[in-house]
Amino acid sequence: MATPNTPLWEVFIRSRNGLAHKHVGSLHASDATMALQAARDIYTRRGEGLSIWVVPSSAITASDPAEKGMMFEPAESKIYRHPTFYEVPEEVGHM
Amino acid sequence: MAVANIQVSETPLVLYALRRADDALILGHRLSEWCGHAPMLEEDMALSNIALDLIGQARELYAFAAKAERRDNDEDKLAYLRDVRQYRNLLLVEQPNGDFAQTLVRQFFYSAFADLCWRAMMSSRYTTLAAIAAKSEKESAYHLRHASEWIIRLGDGTDESHRRAQAAIDHLWAFTGEMFSVDDGERALIQAGIAVDPETLRGRWLQTISDVVSEATLVLPQNNWMQQGGRTGRHSEHLGHLLSELQSMQRTFPGLTW
Amino acid sequence: MYTQALNTAETEDRGLEDAAKAAEFQARIDAEERIEPNDWMPAAYRKTLTRQISQHAHSEIVGMLPEGNWITRAPTLRRKAALLAKVQDECGHGLYLYAAAETLGASREELVDAMLAGKAKYSSIFNYPTLTWADIGTIGWLVDGAAIMNQIPLCRCSYGPYARAMIRVCKEESFHQRQGYEIMLTLCRGSDEQKAMAQDALNRWWWPVLMMFGPPDVASQHSDTSTRWKIKRFSNDELRQKFVDATVPQAQYLGLTIPDPGMTQDADGHWRYSEIDWTEFKQVLAGNGPCNRDRMAARRKAHEEGAWVREAAAAYAAKRARRQTAQAAE
Repeated sequence: MATPNTPLWEVFIRSRNGLAHKHVGSLHASDATMALQAARDIYTRRGEGLSIWVVPSSAITASDPAEKGMMFEPAESKIYRHPTFYEVPEEVGHM
Repeated sequence: MAVANIQVSETPLVLYALRRADDALILGHRLSEWCGHAPMLEEDMALSNIALDLIGQARELYAFAAKAERRDNDEDKLAYLRDVRQYRNLLLVEQPNGDFAQTLVRQFFYSAFADLCWRAMMSSRYTTLAAIAAKSEKESAYHLRHASEWIIRLGDGTDESHRRAQAAIDHLWAFTGEMFSVDDGERALIQAGIAVDPETLRGRWLQTISDVVSEATLVLPQNNWMQQGGRTGRHSEHLGHLLSELQSMQRTFPGLTW
Repeated sequence: MYTQALNTAETEDRGLEDAAKAAEFQARIDAEERIEPNDWMPAAYRKTLTRQISQHAHSEIVGMLPEGNWITRAPTLRRKAALLAKVQDECGHGLYLYAAAETLGASREELVDAMLAGKAKYSSIFNYPTLTWADIGTIGWLVDGAAIMNQIPLCRCSYGPYARAMIRVCKEESFHQRQGYEIMLTLCRGSDEQKAMAQDALNRWWWPVLMMFGPPDVASQHSDTSTRWKIKRFSNDELRQKFVDATVPQAQYLGLTIPDPGMTQDADGHWRYSEIDWTEFKQVLAGNGPCNRDRMAARRKAHEEGAWVREAAAAYAAKRARRQTAQAAE
């Protein structure tokens, strides 16, 4: 008999205060409480974390790589959004 | 070819440390037997973590005992060169792993007690004991959380898991009374503000146990006849087998460095 | 911990796939871009990777057994803690790798079921027994050493999730080989009996470890595709040679003899080893090694005896979800 699937969770860890939570990996757990415990036991064994988020993998909506052009390329031409686009004389100093 | 057992000067303080050290080592050893065989990889990780915490606690307590004893014993001599009659752990922790329910109920009963005990010991007049307690309390608090969540799931899961969890509680209950026993030497340490009086923990322990057990739709046995003996070296038959495995290298190859 | 070049790449079926997409895919690989789970990829790439990553994961999990055999008998508390932590790490590595394989569309359960049914391979090395404490040292030193040779290039594998898992694995594994070598060093500095134990373990493990790198390049027909896809960056023989060259001086330092009387050092400094017994390798892979049956039996037992626990957790989760829904409706 095929083994029934246990839900998959994505794990995010904040390694230090002041930093954002970062995706570190996945695990399987039957519910959120167990997922959080498992995340602690699997992903923070070497003192990697101060805070953990677990999210059901099924709750994540991802962009489609096939739409990469439409989604991300239009931003590439907006060079005026970056500070280096503007010229400020050196004498003015850091701005 | 077996190497002789070491002699231990069991002053009340040494004995007190050894009892806690042996609890931690034997339970840690039991949990380490799961490594590679747990119901899911996530639990392999969790049980190994708990085992590592417990082995770490044992090592610190053995070091403390050896220092208090002022002979040439050390953590390894204390762990590997005492026989069954010299071991001072609770009968509870030497009970075999059985199924996952039995392992988790054993852990639950023990951790609920150990956590209270460490918390109280944090105000021991012996700073080393207080420091060991402070570190161990954080570990045992998590062990209790982990075990409690499983008791709830097993009790309130399927008919089979409920039956197994109840059977584990019924089987292990009689080993819980020993946690609260105190001898004269320990009584003196309690009065001196060094050791924890377990009697003061009993009410809260029972409350924790009852709350979780009832949430798990399980029941505690009515029979309060309790097994005793581990603290004075009168063990169950299981410990001898555990020690023959644990100590096999040191007994087969005496006096070597590994 | 251990990947092995067991996997054979799928034959490509370009006729069924959009040739333009395939070309674009190959161009991305050539440009050292990483492929991510939702990206288009040739079916054969997906299948090859799923197989390789899951074999790698199975190897980690089965690999817990030979070393786990000594956790309860480790000779000191320090060694016991280190060994338990190491074997636990292997479990974690298996877990990361299953997760990486799952990004390709297979579930962990499916992959594990295939392994338990004997339909998926794992590294041949774990079908040898650990007889003495020196075997634990030797596994850390040689088996992990060989695995590291294999795994470091995989950190640059074209498939993002696999590469990321390998980075984590390599980072965690840095203590494993040192742990093993330290055990060997202690034995070799110990009594005659301990030194003999170390030599005996090296004698038994040396050839199986060389086999871990997989069949010789002349016999490995499918390496080409894996190389072109940048899953594989070095050939089996290249990695094997690198390993031997690194290991010989380590053995010399220990005062141990590599059990290969025909071994010579060539003008370039490479240590040339004798012919490997590939018949043994094939037999072990086919299920006829000394421990294949025991290993599979142990994994099946854990899986079957754990079924009621997994069912209980699932049943509880379903009950809790129902209760929460009911509460929300009130």
